[in-house]
This record gives sequence, C-alpha cells and structure tokens, in this order.
Amino acid sequence: MTPEPIGYSADAVDPSRPVVEGHEGADYYALMTEALHKILLEKQVLAPADTDRVIAALEAPNVTWGARIVAQAWKDPSYKARLLADGSAAAREMGYTIKEAKLVVVENTAALHNIIVCTLCSCYPRSLLGQPPWWYISKNYRARTVREPRAVLAEFGVAIPPPMEVRVHDSNADMRYLVLPKAPLHTTERPFEDLVRLVTRNMLIGTELVEPYR
Amino acid sequence: MPRFSPGDRVTVLDLGKPGHVRIPWFIRHKTGRIERYCGAYPNPEDLAFGRPGLPVIDLYRVHFPQTALWPDYAGAQGDTLEIEVYDHWLEPAGPLT
Repeated sequence: MTPEPIGYSADAVDPSRPVVEGHEGADYYALMTEALHKILLEKQVLAPADTDRVIAALEAPNVTWGARIVAQAWKDPSYKARLLADGSAAAREMGYTIKEAKLVVVENTAALHNIIVCTLCSCYPRSLLGQPPWWYISKNYRARTVREPRAVLAEFGVAIPPPMEVRVHDSNADMRYLVLPKAPLHTTERPFEDLVRLVTRNMLIGTELVEPYR
Repeated sequence: MPRFSPGDRVTVLDLGKPGHVRIPWFIRHKTGRIERYCGAYPNPEDLAFGRPGLPVIDLYRVHFPQTALWPDYAGAQGDTLEIEVYDHWLEPAGPLT
C-alpha cells in the first residue's frame, strides 16, 4: 500500500492546519525530489555534472544585472521610458535576456511606492536577478503583503507617508516584476558604477528605499 | 482581439476549479478594472498536468483598490493592488452606480 503523502498541500486543503514555513512544510516533496535525483544518478540518466551545470546557470543571474538596468534608467530618461514601456526589450538592450514571458517594470515616485509579492508561490525575475531571498518565499511575507503591505514594509524599516499610494503587485501568473526605485539626487553628475552600487536586491522588490520619502 | 480593454470594469469569477489555478481566493468575486493586456499564454491549469495548455488564453493585469479586497483594510484609503487574471476567470462588470 502506498503511504499517503503527508505534506500534500496540507495548508491549502485544511485552513485550520498551522502554517509551516520552509522545507518542513514540504517534507514529502523534498524527500521525493532527493530520492528521484538519486535514482536518476544510479541509473546513469543524469551525471553529477548535469546537475552542477543547471545550478550554475540558475545562479549566474544576479542583483547587479538589475542594478545596472536601474542605474541606466536613472541616468537616461529615454532609456527609462523604454524600460517602463517594455521591460524585456530594455533589459535586452543592456545585454540581459529575460527568459520568463515578460518583465514589467514599475516606477516608484514621490506619490507611489510599489512592492512585489507572489502570493501563490515564489515567482520572481530569476533569469535577471537569480534566486529570491528566503523571506520572499516565506508564507508570512506572501500572505501578509497583499493584506497589510504597510505593516510588512514597516518591519523592513520602510515608512510610506500616508498620502502616498502603496501599490502591491501580485506576481501570480506569467509576468515578472522589477521595481525602479526613486532616483537619489544628482544622478547625472554621479558615475554610473557608483549608482549601480547603491541598488540592493530589496530595493528591486520594494522592501528598501534608496532615500526615505519625504 | 482581447475581450477587454484598459479601464474596463471586470469581476473575477470563482470557477471552483481544484489544483494548480493561478487565481488566489482573495480576488474572487471582487471587481476591479483592467490595467493592461499582457498577451496570450498557455493555460497553467492544463500545463500543470503535462498538457499543452492550448489554445492560449488572454491574460490581463487587473487593478483593485485595497478597500475593495479587504473591507477592514487598515492602510491608506488610496492603496491599490494589481494582479494577473486569465480571461476565462473574468466577466464584465457594470458601470459604477
């Protein structure tokens, strides 16, 4: 008799079940993945080098790629306009190929702050930025960002003055999202590489600011 | 030709489908407006079961005031949320009365 998969979407099926974060919340699938990988190695369907190659490809994209796009948009208003109109095409201009369906870039302004979340899983522009941070995948962040974004932002130390709009983007389907942070002062005078170094991963998700809003 | 245009008011349906659907519960039965048309993509409800997901389905981004999603929303009244919805989960909503 096949044992019942104990971790199978349990918290989706039974809302009264406590939420379990991380791998402990997906015991069954973690175990099955590891078992399948071992079998494929034993049967020589896969070689260890195949797995290494896939991991290397997954880990090649990184935050700097996104930071360079942001710095370019801060420097060049016509690039910014193209970036907001078609994120994938503008990323390609900088030499980065977006492998997901489309990159949508959302701009922070004095009146609007954007924050990205994937409530259903962990959709993230991985082909540009690499793997998402651990908290982005947590059920806590995913459930609360759509429900109480300002409380979540406050926990990241980000205060959004009440007249400003907070806009949550739920990355629930085919689009992938990048926040264009509000530019610091004097971007035209500052060297491009200095601007790149200002940009962090959290800024590209919307959980950190370059400078506080006034 | 997509069924909806930016600005159109739409209500998210509850199709009661089990499994890998991309429409979270908190937007079902809620009314917003089309923000943009995103293109047409294979249906994830089929892809999840190894089927081709064809024909492709129109995908839109829908814009909601947070107060329309959560009656007790505690943030600022002007806060909003945008989310992607496939065409078959939408129906036209009447104009605001």
